[in-house]
Amino acid sequence: MDDFIAARSQMALSLGFHIIFSCIGMVMPFFMAVSHYKWLKTNDEVYKNLTKAWSKGVAIFFATGAVSGTMLSFELGLLWPKFMDHAGPIFGMPFSLEGTAFFIEAIALGFFLYGWNKLNKWFHWFTGMVVGVSGLASGILVVAANAWMNSPAGFDFVNGQYLNIDPIQAMFNKAWFSQALHMCLAAFTATGFAVAGVHALMILRDRNKEFHLKAFKIAAIFACIGALLQPLSGDISAKDVAKRQPAKLAAMEALYKTEKPAPLLIGGIVNEKDKTVKGAIEIPGALSFLAHGDFKAEVKGLDQIPENEHPPVAITHYAFQIMVGIGTLLLLVSLTYFFILFKKKPLTEKRWLLKLFVFAIPLGYIALEAGWVVTEVGRQPWIIYGIMRTKDAVTPMPGIAYSFYIFSAIYVSLSIIVTFLLYRQIKMVPVLYNKPESK
Amino acid sequence: MEQIVITFLCMAILLYFLLGGADFGAGIIELFTSTKNRSRTRKTLYHAIGPVWEANHMWLIIAIVILFVGFPHIYTTMSVYLHIPLAIMLIGIIARGTAFVFRHYDAVKDDMHWLYNRIFRYSSFVTALFLGIIAGSLISGHINTQATDFYTAYISGWLNWFSVAVGLFTVALCGFLAAIYLIGETKEAHDKRRFIKKAEFMNVAAVVFGAMVFIAAQRDGIPLIDWVFKSNVGLSAIILASLSLVLLWYLLLRGKTKILRVLAGFQVTMILLAISYAHFPNFIRLKNGDAISLLETVGPEKTIYSLGLALLLGSVLILPFLGYLFYKFQKKEE
Ligand code: HDD
Ligand code: HEM
Ligand code: HEM
Repeated sequence: MDDFIAARSQMALSLGFHIIFSCIGMVMPFFMAVSHYKWLKTNDEVYKNLTKAWSKGVAIFFATGAVSGTMLSFELGLLWPKFMDHAGPIFGMPFSLEGTAFFIEAIALGFFLYGWNKLNKWFHWFTGMVVGVSGLASGILVVAANAWMNSPAGFDFVNGQYLNIDPIQAMFNKAWFSQALHMCLAAFTATGFAVAGVHALMILRDRNKEFHLKAFKIAAIFACIGALLQPLSGDISAKDVAKRQPAKLAAMEALYKTEKPAPLLIGGIVNEKDKTVKGAIEIPGALSFLAHGDFKAEVKGLDQIPENEHPPVAITHYAFQIMVGIGTLLLLVSLTYFFILFKKKPLTEKRWLLKLFVFAIPLGYIALEAGWVVTEVGRQPWIIYGIMRTKDAVTPMPGIAYSFYIFSAIYVSLSIIVTFLLYRQIKMVPVLYNKPESK
Repeated sequence: MEQIVITFLCMAILLYFLLGGADFGAGIIELFTSTKNRSRTRKTLYHAIGPVWEANHMWLIIAIVILFVGFPHIYTTMSVYLHIPLAIMLIGIIARGTAFVFRHYDAVKDDMHWLYNRIFRYSSFVTALFLGIIAGSLISGHINTQATDFYTAYISGWLNWFSVAVGLFTVALCGFLAAIYLIGETKEAHDKRRFIKKAEFMNVAAVVFGAMVFIAAQRDGIPLIDWVFKSNVGLSAIILASLSLVLLWYLLLRGKTKILRVLAGFQVTMILLAISYAHFPNFIRLKNGDAISLLETVGPEKTIYSLGLALLLGSVLILPFLGYLFYKFQKKEE
């Protein structure tokens, strides 16, 4: 394997792995806080058990998120030293604030996990909330750093020199808001559907119904609200991308020719050599509307962009289709769920709905990974959009392929162990929490 | 602001050595514990480091973030020329961090624990060893940024007598810190005696490896003796370290336990000071005799200003909280 490809793959793998754990770390504390609050209010022992059961899962995920994040902060330098040499001082601001947020999160988690029966109960609840809020804050900050790579700001680039650096301006670049909003919603949607689905499965299997039903409701509400808002925020993102990264938008839509009005392509096989798309459904004018809010507007195609600045079209296009497809599907599931909630039908009678949620377990995460592929692959060949090319940033050390193999093996084994632990945790629910009075 | 940022950097590195070091040391001690006592050691260990585990780990991240934001050239030089030991240390951090949590939170206790325990012990050893190797390499003057062949550029910078000796010395220091810390964590006389034995063992190991560091320095032409004995600060630090060691053993025999930690921490701080003071603020010494200094590679003014502000703000928010965490869980033990 080529070293450059290996470095990119290792970066993608590490980020793709980290994002799953960090999203869980960002979102689960809120689920726990709701359940914890209900326990404090109603004294219903089931809610306490639920909070505890979830917090054990979160501890496992948090540790994995923390070590994979530590890994990333080194990897930026190990793989992209020339990028960090210049970018570090410019986009470092969010990272240093993020350090603070992480620190608060870790301390609050220490209080929360070890504080049962030791702290004042509302203070204990509060520490759980702090975990959630600081986790969310750190997510937003990191995404602001990534947004800077898409929309560089806060410096003047003169003859290859990075002058007049202003880290605050760099943090509040043009892309940070749309990306951070979309990312936070994605975290709630993806984690919510995964958690709700697992509990739905348990209800279908008739295990500890009361416990799992309560868990399901909390997770499903968060997930469905997220899924309702996601397309709206995605639309903001798309309009944003159209303005600042026309090449990415063209690759997302596989738009090889500039058109006015431009059609929206759904599906289709991309042929990168001939620059054609076969078998796609075309919706006339829809892309013009999505990108610029006007059915007649012109949308820039790849023909207006120099060949050596084209991102990989096929991957970007497929990933975008996957994300939007899943987004639409989850939107429908959410609408159905709200309809049934509104009609006040008991969930246990709607086995098909529960099955739908079980089916949706991985979907949110698939959409989330696909969305990042759109953002990151769509930015290629740039590491800092319009300023520095990815291939100029890579480490001079040869043999990165081996490093990629080793880290892949580690990530695969960690994923297997975490899945296995979670499976055991769920299997133990009847043993640990069946008879609340005996505990 | 520059001074503030550098102070934070030094503090973060020092705290990582002390707290993270004690954390690795716990795994190292477990590695050197006979099978029949292991589960007791594990219990004490979990009590001792469980609640603060995450927080310890943060110091490394703070140090790294300060480096890449404020001193990018140092960060990237390390990343390129010490790529291999950094990657190995990272693998160690991943393995021990996850194994520690997995073994505690696994809902079923069975053969998997055999695996978690193995991973935890060996990776603690490896992490401490490579942390030491990296620290040693930075000052060894073996890093060659003009090398053209793979071996000189990416291997000999860290695989040399001096760096490895510093690595082993670090392992012994970590074990010592952990043993001293654990003495205060247990109430059973039997366990106390075991940890005291461990502390003795690690102390001897530290002296042996410490001597090796000097020998290797002499062999590799590193003026370590000059740094330590020809500078007043270095010399006083070494004298204070030795005195505190004597005091430590005296108090230990008298049955005092909590004050020992402070002394052990002080001692390690003095050792670090003695080694690093003479060439401060040079952070990396290079093969061609040049050095990369913190002061010369410092990032742009506005960046340093906001970094310093973020750090100050962070500590105002964090320190009381962290202190309370330590306090709360210390008190409960008594
Ligand atoms: C649960 C996950 C999920 C779902 C259902 C969707 N997205 Fe998304 N999308 C993400 C998760 C995501 C993401 C992983 O979070 C990304 C990557 C970077 C970012 O800011 O968010 C993303 C990026 C992203 C981008 C690129 C932004 C950029 O490069 O700055 C666009 C244009 C969209 N999305 C549009 C949509 C639309 C129109 C959706 C309609 C249903 C949609 N997304 C659903
Ligand atoms: C967590 C979600 C993320 C995922 C799944 C992700 C995914 C990817 C992928 C697939 C690539 C390879 C692109 C290619 O080479 O074609 C990549 C590259 C990269 N990403 Fe991300 N990314 C994420 C977030 C971030 C963030 C938050 C940052 C930095 C702040 C970042 C920094 C980088 C860098 C430096 C590269 C390498 C250079 C490049 O290929 O442009 N990524 N990422
Ligand atoms: C979009 C991408 C990312 C998001 C949303 C994100 C979010 C998070 C969150 C919420 C955590 C807390 C851990 C948990 O609760 O499980 C975390 C941990 C961490 N992340 Fe990320 N992260 C992202 C990418 C990155 C990148 C690119 C880096 C490094 C350059 C990074 C560095 C870290 C570090 C060092 C930690 C560990 C801190 C700790 O000890 O808790 N993250 N991340």
